[in-house]
Amino acid sequence: MIRKFTMTGLALAFSATSSFAATNITWWHGMAGRNGEVINEVATKFNASQTACALTPVSKGTYEEALASGIAAFRSGEQPNILQVFDAGAATIINAKGAVIPAEDLINNAGYKFDREAFIDGVRYFYADSDGKFVGMPFNSSAPIMYINDEALKKAGVEAPKTWEEFEAAAPKLKEAGFIPLVQSQLTWQFTENFFSRNNIQFATNNNGYDSVVDTQLKVTDPNLIMMFDKLKAWKDEGYFGFYGAGWNDNQKMFEENKAALWIGSSGSFGGLQKTAQMPFSATFLPYWGSIKGAGTSSFIGGAALFAMSGKSDEENKCVADFFQFLTSPDVQKFYHQATGYVAITKAAYELAKKEGYYNEKPAAEVGIKQLLLPAGEWSKGYRLGFYPQIREIMEREYGRIFSGEVSVKDAFDTIEKEGNELLARFAKTAG
Amino acid sequence: MTHAPSLSATNPTPTSAGGFFRRFRSAPSEPDAAKRVQFNSPLLPYLFLAPQMAIIFIFFYWPSVQAIQSSFYLEDPFGFGSTFVGMANYTDVLKSGEYLSIARFTAVFTALVTFFSLAIGLLLAVKADGIIRGNATYKTLLIWVYAIAPPVAGLMGMMMFDQHIGPLVKVAAFFGWNMQVGLNYNDTAFAMIVVSVWKQIPYNFIFFLSGLQGIPVPVREAALMDCRSGLRRFWTVILPLLAPTAFFLLIINTTYALFDTFGVIDVMVKDKAANNPITLVYKVYMDGFRGNDLGGSSAQSVILMIIVFVLTIFQFRFIERRVHYN
Repeated sequence: MIRKFTMTGLALAFSATSSFAATNITWWHGMAGRNGEVINEVATKFNASQTACALTPVSKGTYEEALASGIAAFRSGEQPNILQVFDAGAATIINAKGAVIPAEDLINNAGYKFDREAFIDGVRYFYADSDGKFVGMPFNSSAPIMYINDEALKKAGVEAPKTWEEFEAAAPKLKEAGFIPLVQSQLTWQFTENFFSRNNIQFATNNNGYDSVVDTQLKVTDPNLIMMFDKLKAWKDEGYFGFYGAGWNDNQKMFEENKAALWIGSSGSFGGLQKTAQMPFSATFLPYWGSIKGAGTSSFIGGAALFAMSGKSDEENKCVADFFQFLTSPDVQKFYHQATGYVAITKAAYELAKKEGYYNEKPAAEVGIKQLLLPAGEWSKGYRLGFYPQIREIMEREYGRIFSGEVSVKDAFDTIEKEGNELLARFAKTAG
Repeated sequence: MTHAPSLSATNPTPTSAGGFFRRFRSAPSEPDAAKRVQFNSPLLPYLFLAPQMAIIFIFFYWPSVQAIQSSFYLEDPFGFGSTFVGMANYTDVLKSGEYLSIARFTAVFTALVTFFSLAIGLLLAVKADGIIRGNATYKTLLIWVYAIAPPVAGLMGMMMFDQHIGPLVKVAAFFGWNMQVGLNYNDTAFAMIVVSVWKQIPYNFIFFLSGLQGIPVPVREAALMDCRSGLRRFWTVILPLLAPTAFFLLIINTTYALFDTFGVIDVMVKDKAANNPITLVYKVYMDGFRGNDLGGSSAQSVILMIIVFVLTIFQFRFIERRVHYN
């Protein structure tokens, strides 16, 4: 009897100490400003919701800097438990076999039941392997959408275009009404990667790079893509399209200041734009070409995902799994969606926000999700390309040259394809 | 005349190149052996040297060896697999037309930044040296810019040249120049050179001014009696006496233009180089830290190391010959 008593006492004492000595886990991310604050709020909510784990988020600067710090830390065995990696860096971390524990395995090992079906279609494949298994946990997901200057369209007497053909017809009227008809903020994401997804065209061989790194080649000399940029160049020369360099904000500014009629931005721009835009605005889907057969499919997600780094204890991995479960719960997703403008990644969270009437109040906040929920095409799931941040730099360089008149569109894409394929071949060697 | 050694003693920021310079300068050929300090223990001088040697070893030699080593490999960034590729990283880089055009821009950029920051610094120093009343005010106004960190200088430059709100863009527009920094290669190059030169002028000004003030008054007076033309006196008497300072500044400014302008460039291209000009050191950063191509970026940094080495040898071999210290 006494012995039993002691055992119970001991057990109590143990459980008491373990609840005090919570397992610490760290999360490195690349977000600043309001989005960085929201991350801290999410962590505080998680820490308050349970006692076994204590999560500490650390900002490492930009997306690129977060990835570079994560890599350097991993090489010296000091990696965080969770690393946020952006879309273009996905191939780097996913192809480093052994650097991460796939999110799906992590969650199943911790005793939860992982359900792929709970996620909305558009976010399901980008950070998954070719079998559809989640490697990264989608976190801040955004879609490229078109923001509309309502007054400008009214003044010109035109409707918001659904296709680029409709835009072409409306552009002269918008110009006459005194507006720059179209601006955009990221030609790589909005007019290249998502040109392929919205128009359902293959971006690269080997199933857009998902099947293998060996011998993957870009298909950017696709005649439709060249046509898109020929049009953009012609529109710029006629004053239908304004281009202010590769910087995001230099282009957004023209829309905020009521000088442009249409702006291709991110669904995540919604929150900030509410504060900065000098006129009422609404939003709709990124246009596609009516002339391309099968176009109008859903877009890829942009943004970033969370990766559970390997080499950590089971206890810590359990905490990471707990956090991923917490993060994807409808309430937290809804909070994150509404606080940042990034899309809700689970169907349940989307339904919850819808039920509460959030989108009646702010219809623009729903456009990104709706675009991700459009029927998926064969080529609208994503891409997995190595050294992709550098390939984007090549694109940015050549696009700049197109609009400053240094090269023809055809030559620019020949260069991108050639230099891009060289980088992909190099990457295959590093991963081999 | 011994103002050259005192010059290195007044160097406010001993950069690595400055240290390199001093090591050359304090060769035993200097006639001040009489001043040599005697140590009681033969180990003591090495002990005094140890901290500096440790710093050089840890922050210079060791990373250099690592860079040379990884330049022969193609490596997965997380360190799982690395393949020995021999010279392939070097041949890939040197065959790339893009790399060669960045190298060409770097050469032009370095030459222009070095020339203009030296020339304007010298001009201002000569003028400030001649002023008697209120000279402290002028000097302070010319020197304070040096206290600005390169990224801040870049930020200020970016504001001045901003395509939407930049006052200098408006000035250019007045003269019919549609300046588009960030879109047009040449316009961005122009803005980068202006900001980099502006940032470096005060440094050169300080050294040239102290060099000028080190020229003995009797020499100047003797020259004044022999020659009435101020310009000719400057070319034949003052400038040769300034040559040691000028040579030191030539090396410092070359390394400044090659390396220290990184902050200016990074801020001015706003993290997205696109079709804007960049220098070789920025390319190393883009490929290594943003692209995670460690092998390629290491090969580039070794190439850069060789360029600087050859350039410094050249400067000492062919230009320093014409500099007279005494």
